[in-house]
Parts: sequence; C-alpha cells; structure tokens
Amino acid sequence: MPKPPLANLIEEAQRVLSICNACRYCEGFCAVFPALERRLEFAEADVHYLANLCHNCGSCLYACQYAPPHEFALNFPKVLAQVRRQTYRRYAWPEAFAAAFDRNGVAVGLAIALSLALTLLVVAAWSDPARFFGAWSDAQGSFYAVMPHAAMAGVFSVVAVFVVVALAASFLRFWPDLGEDLADFVRMPQLSNAMWDALGLRYLDGGGPGCTYPREAPSMSRRNFHHLTFYGFLLCFAATLAGTVYHYVFGWKAPYPLYSLPVLLGLIGGAGLVIGPIGLIILRANRDPDLGDSAQDGMDTGFLVLLLATSVTGLLLLDFRETGAMGTLLALHLGFVLALFVTLPYGKFVHALYRFAALVRFHIERRRPLPAIGSE
Amino acid sequence: MDESRVYDVLVAGGGNAGLCAALTARELGLSVLLVESAPADFRGGNSRHTRNMRTMHEAALAPLHGVYPEDEYWDDLVKVTGGQTDEKLARMAIRGTAEHVPWMKRHGVRFQAPLGGTLQLGRTNAFFLGGGKALLNAYYRAADALGVDVEYDAEIVDLEIRDGTFVSATVQRKPGTDHVFPSGGKTWSVPVFAKTFVAAAGGFESNLAWLREAWGEPADNFLIRGTPYNMGKVLKLLLDKGAKQVSDATAGHCVAIDARSPKFDGGIVTRVDAVTLGIMVNKHARRFYDEGEDYWPKRYAIWGRLIAAQPEQIAYSIIDAKSMGKFMPPVYPPMKAATIAELAGQLGLDRAALEQTVKQFNAAVRDGTFDHTTLDDCATEGLDPPKTHWARRIDTPPYYGYPLRPGITFTYLGVAIDERARMVFADGKPAANIFAAGEIMAGNVLGKGYLAGIGMAIGTTFGRIAGAEAAKVVNA
Repeated sequence: MPKPPLANLIEEAQRVLSICNACRYCEGFCAVFPALERRLEFAEADVHYLANLCHNCGSCLYACQYAPPHEFALNFPKVLAQVRRQTYRRYAWPEAFAAAFDRNGVAVGLAIALSLALTLLVVAAWSDPARFFGAWSDAQGSFYAVMPHAAMAGVFSVVAVFVVVALAASFLRFWPDLGEDLADFVRMPQLSNAMWDALGLRYLDGGGPGCTYPREAPSMSRRNFHHLTFYGFLLCFAATLAGTVYHYVFGWKAPYPLYSLPVLLGLIGGAGLVIGPIGLIILRANRDPDLGDSAQDGMDTGFLVLLLATSVTGLLLLDFRETGAMGTLLALHLGFVLALFVTLPYGKFVHALYRFAALVRFHIERRRPLPAIGSE
Repeated sequence: MDESRVYDVLVAGGGNAGLCAALTARELGLSVLLVESAPADFRGGNSRHTRNMRTMHEAALAPLHGVYPEDEYWDDLVKVTGGQTDEKLARMAIRGTAEHVPWMKRHGVRFQAPLGGTLQLGRTNAFFLGGGKALLNAYYRAADALGVDVEYDAEIVDLEIRDGTFVSATVQRKPGTDHVFPSGGKTWSVPVFAKTFVAAAGGFESNLAWLREAWGEPADNFLIRGTPYNMGKVLKLLLDKGAKQVSDATAGHCVAIDARSPKFDGGIVTRVDAVTLGIMVNKHARRFYDEGEDYWPKRYAIWGRLIAAQPEQIAYSIIDAKSMGKFMPPVYPPMKAATIAELAGQLGLDRAALEQTVKQFNAAVRDGTFDHTTLDDCATEGLDPPKTHWARRIDTPPYYGYPLRPGITFTYLGVAIDERARMVFADGKPAANIFAAGEIMAGNVLGKGYLAGIGMAIGTTFGRIAGAEAAKVVNA
C-alpha cells in the first residue's frame, strides 16, 4: 500500500535534513542550519519546527552542490515550503477549515464574495438608495449616514474575536508539539530576540547580501517590500485604533480631516500596503519555480491581493468620501477588510504565527549547551 | 562565443582559477572567452565542493581571528608535503592570499564564521558564505556583468602550439548541445584563436581509464568525491605538446569516504569522521593501522591511501554506543547491531574473525582518561598495530559499522609553471603565452599530502597572476 503523501513528505524532509547536517555549508545563511545541527535525528515535530523557521530566502538552493540535477536532488527550500503547508493544515482551528489551505484561491474568493454580500446587506438594510448613492459631506458624518457605527463595530468585533481565538488555538496546539513549555514562550530575552528578528526580518538577508529571490542574484527587494507590507498593515491597524479612541474617548465622529491621526496613519500605511503587496506579487510572479511549493501559489497571491484590495479601496474611499460613490466604496472597502480578517487564520497570514513561534524556540534552544559532537 | 574573432584570452576551465584569471584579464580590458566542459548546473569543477581558502594574515582580518603569518603557513605546508614543494611558488601562493579576501569581496564573494565542527580552522581558513558553489555563482555573475564570454558544455579537444606559442584551440561542443555559430555554421567543433591561453581545466580524477593506468586494478574501487567533468583532457594535451610534468599520476588528495557514496560528486557529506573513535578493519576483519595516531583533521588525508592498499580497497570503521553522536553525522546511516557477530554479518565480514579482532583489541586497551579533544592517554598495550590515543573498549551495544572506500578528491599530476604562471616546457623554457592555474598546476606546490583550504589559495593566486600576465602579453 502506498504511504500517505504526508508521511512521504516528512520522510523526504528527513532525508534532506540529514544531507544538510552532514554538509553544513549553508550555516551562515540563517537560523535553520544552526538549529538543525543541534540534532542527529529529525522527528516529525523537528521537521515542522525547522520548516517554519525557514524564511524561504532561497540562498541555500543556489549554493547547494546537491541541488537538482545532482542525483541527491536536494531542494531544501521547496521541501520545507511543502512541510509548512502541512503545518498550517495540521494546526488549523477549527480543523474543519484546514482544507482551506489546499484551495486558498477558492477560499479567498468565497470569503470576498460572502463578505461583500454581507456588508452590502447591512449597508442596504440601514439605508435606502437615496442615502446609499447620495453625496454626504464630512460634516454630515458621511460613513454613518449609510451604515450606523454600531453595525460596523458589531460585525468587526465578532470577526476580531473569532480571529484571535482561532490563531490562539493554533498556537496553543503547535507550541507544545515542539516540546517547549508555554511559560518559556514569554521569557526574556528570548522573546525580545525573536521580536527583533521578526520586526527586522533578519533572516530575509541571505546571511548578508540579500535573498536569492526571485532569482539567483542576491537582493534586498523582498525584505523591503515585505517591510512596506507589514508596517503598512500595522499603520493601517494603528489608524483604526486611533479612530476607535477618537470615537469612544473623545466622542469625535468619523470621517476625520486629512490632518488627523487616523487619516495620516491610514494614508502612510495605505501607501505601504499598496506598494508592498504589488512588489511582492511581481517578485512572486518572477520567482524561480524551484524556490517554492507551487501548491501555495493561491494562498500567497490570495493574501497579497486581499491586502492590496483593502488598501486601494481604503485610499479611494478617502479620496471620494464626499461624492456619490462613497456608499459603494465603503461597502467595497469594508467587504475586503472583512474578507481579509476572516481568512487570516486560514491563509498565508499564519506564516507569521508559526515563524514567530519557531524564532522564539530558536532563541530558547540557542542558549542550551550544544550536543558534544567532536570536531572533524 | 564568437568564433570569428581572435580573443585576447582563452580560458580553459570555469572553476575558481579560471574565473579568477578571466575576471582579472577582463578588468584589464582584455576580451575573454571561457570554455567550461560542464553544463551550467555543474559548472565550476571541484570548486563547487570547496568551502574555504587557507588565508595568511599578519593582522586581524574578518572573519578570521588572530593572525596566521606567512612562516607558520609555510611550516604547515612543509609538514604535510614533507618538503615536496617549490618554495618560491608556494610562498607566492601563501602571500597572495593576504590580498585575496578584499578582491573576492569586490567580486561578490561573501565570508562567514567557521562552520560548526571546524572551529580549529577559524584562524587559518576563510569560509565562503554558502560554500564554493555560492562563490562560483558570484564570480559567474561578475563575469557576466563584465562581459566575459562563457561557453558551457564545451571542451577543448586540441591545441595548436607553434614554437612554444599558443595559436588556437579546437573547441568541441558536447553531443546534444547543438549550437549555431555567428557565421551560420552549425558545427561540432571549431577552432578558436586567442592571443593567450590560460589552462585552468583541473586534474584528471574523473577519468577512470587514466586512474586505472596509474593505480592498476585498485582504481576500479575508488570513488570520485568531486566533479565528473575533470577528465584531464587539457592536461593531457599540454603534456603531449611538451609541457614539463610535475608530480606523478598517483599523487593526489585521497580520503576515506562512505562506500555507499555515488561514484562521482558525493562531495563533503560522504565523509565518515568516526575513525579515531573506534577501530578500522579490512575485509578480513583485521586492523591495519593506528586509528589514534593523531587528530582526525591531521590524519583524515592518509586513510584513502591506507584503504587503497587493503584487499578490495574496502575497510570498516567500527564503534560502539559510547562514540555514537560524538562526531559529525555522516550522510548514510550506520549498520547497527546488538552484537559484534551480528554486525559482522551485516557488514559481510567473518563473524569469528571480527569477534576475535575486537576481543584482542579490548584486551589490549589500557585504561586512561578519555578526551577526544587532546592526544589523551587511552592507548593499547602490546597490540600490533597499536591504537595510541582514544582507545576505548568496544563493549557497549549497540555496535555500529560504516563501510569505507578511497575517495579521490583531486590529483596532483600537472604542468610546471614559473613565477609568472607561465607554463614551462620540458626543456625548461617558459611558454610565451600559455599560463596555468589551479589544480592543473597545484602539483608544483603540493607534491604530496594536503592542507585544508590550500587548493583555493593556489587557484586564486595563480588564476589572478595568469590573468594579469596575459594582459602584459596582449598589451606588449
């Protein structure tokens, strides 16, 4: 009887890791190699750990003397990418949604459609066509003229709670499988080391010269576009928080003027969230097919498209909020934001969760004594 | 490649030495064609399996620590070669390395701290980030940016040398790589004219027929750790055309590697570093050499030859549970058994003979304080051959065994050169416009033995010299 594909995949990863452990030439590229060198054997949990520690920078593939067409046919970044998708599936919560990782394009499409439909329904329920297509001045509180604040806040609060619970559940299942205590996750300085690595994308530098991504020549473009995306997203999120504070603390109602904190944060963040995802989408389209797992194309691109759609509709809404297009743009924007959030635990976003956990684990392990392997 | 033009430099071989020559010559304004016999995926000869360059430094030089002065480097070389070296050329190679690191960085090579398990090399050897293939990728990118013409799958099958002067080379494309030349011809072989010729095409270790000629039947059991593309064709052509030979066909770097490795190209992962921790037996289950003579990094290079001298060129490293995990993990899992007899069965050895050997060895072990990081006092008494360090009884199951064969890393047979990297003819006259760099002339410096990282030192030094000297010839 043929083995299940997952067992084959883990076995292939174990074969590859054993070759790497005997070679070690790539040790300077990232954290994965020093981590694997601590081991003589690779249990399934080790494979998941190392796969998620890998940032898929690609340097090791081009440096590898055993890469295809060598008979060892060793493609380290690809096999780890394939394992990551299995990590995402395995630790997804609720488990019934794990299948989304197999067909992310469809999942994202469905989420967009449903979110748009829901938003439109809510908006429409609260306004008649005249209000929806009318032009409202900021002074009239244009957004809430077509959709009451309570409805907006209510829908998003429910979604936010769900997302946090789903991600927390995934983490709480993943972390113990690595063999670490929960208490160790929040210990300093391991946690701050990992944060520093994550915030600076330390391991997207190929050990110094940059990632060999999308092709063999090292470049910092991927790290830079990822920074624009990530910090753009954070600034947009900060804009939302600032708006919340304005609303509840100060009682100031949206829309806010251009020179207000929520709008400025949203504007800068939105720009990052336009340029970043576009850059990443272009890099991805030019990517050496050997560098990753093509089964994740939908997942990666789906997430980037949602981020881009969110920022683009947000910026359009800012620009046209005092025109008759506002109602439509608001519904579109909220629909994309909703779709983005609903799919967070079942799409590419989860890489941040598992990679961060792996980084913390790396810094915990780094402080333990090395196994006594004699010098060659 | 444009076969209708006369190149300033034709470089044979796309490994480290050839690229150093090509980059140097191109930067001095010369037109350069580099022909590489391998396809692009396997380009770079044995350089793709390297990982560091032994580097002299009289002052701190990141990422190296401490200093490694010229005389210490020289002493190390004299030790391993037993003095079989040309001091003038050797010192040139050594001094050259002091300037290589910044030059290499300028051409995209990155360095890193010494690898795990190689800390003892942290002072003397500069490690390339990602190893030799990453270094080659950087050099090929630099060559491309500078406008060096590179032809893959192309071999030099003949050389026209008139009165000690290179005129042209016949370049043949490998079958299955049809190529239409600018002149419209779709041909298998074509003469390439150049004002100078740099021979950097490596040794002959991939040429099994030649190895057999040199070593006789035992060669059939050798494994080739490196590239399958070093057929020694350019070396042979030069020797046939009157080049002065250095070293001999049996000289080379030959280590003991896992017998289950592929015939070619197994590279670094095929090593088995368990030897000093246990015993080595031949196919008759008998020991044949002191496994604890010296530290493994100093002795690993002799075991290839030792095994080559054993029947059927096979030996087995046997350790017990005490030693498992105390050496770099080899790529192939060991044979594992609960008893010595069972292990013998798995290894295809005579059970009684192996039991007898282990029993004798265990009885001769004198108790001491085991310390694998020093030349400890664990030795055998009254045993022939003795084990003079790290001798511990093989008595704790499970027992493990690794089959080992000689693994040729590279050969030293080469052409003689002078201090300007010019190839020297048998009559002692240097060629006017033929230069040699890399493994094809390493025998000038390495008569025997091996010093980790010196191959890249020789290749980089004489590659750069060859490129610069070619420019002098062209511009004269």
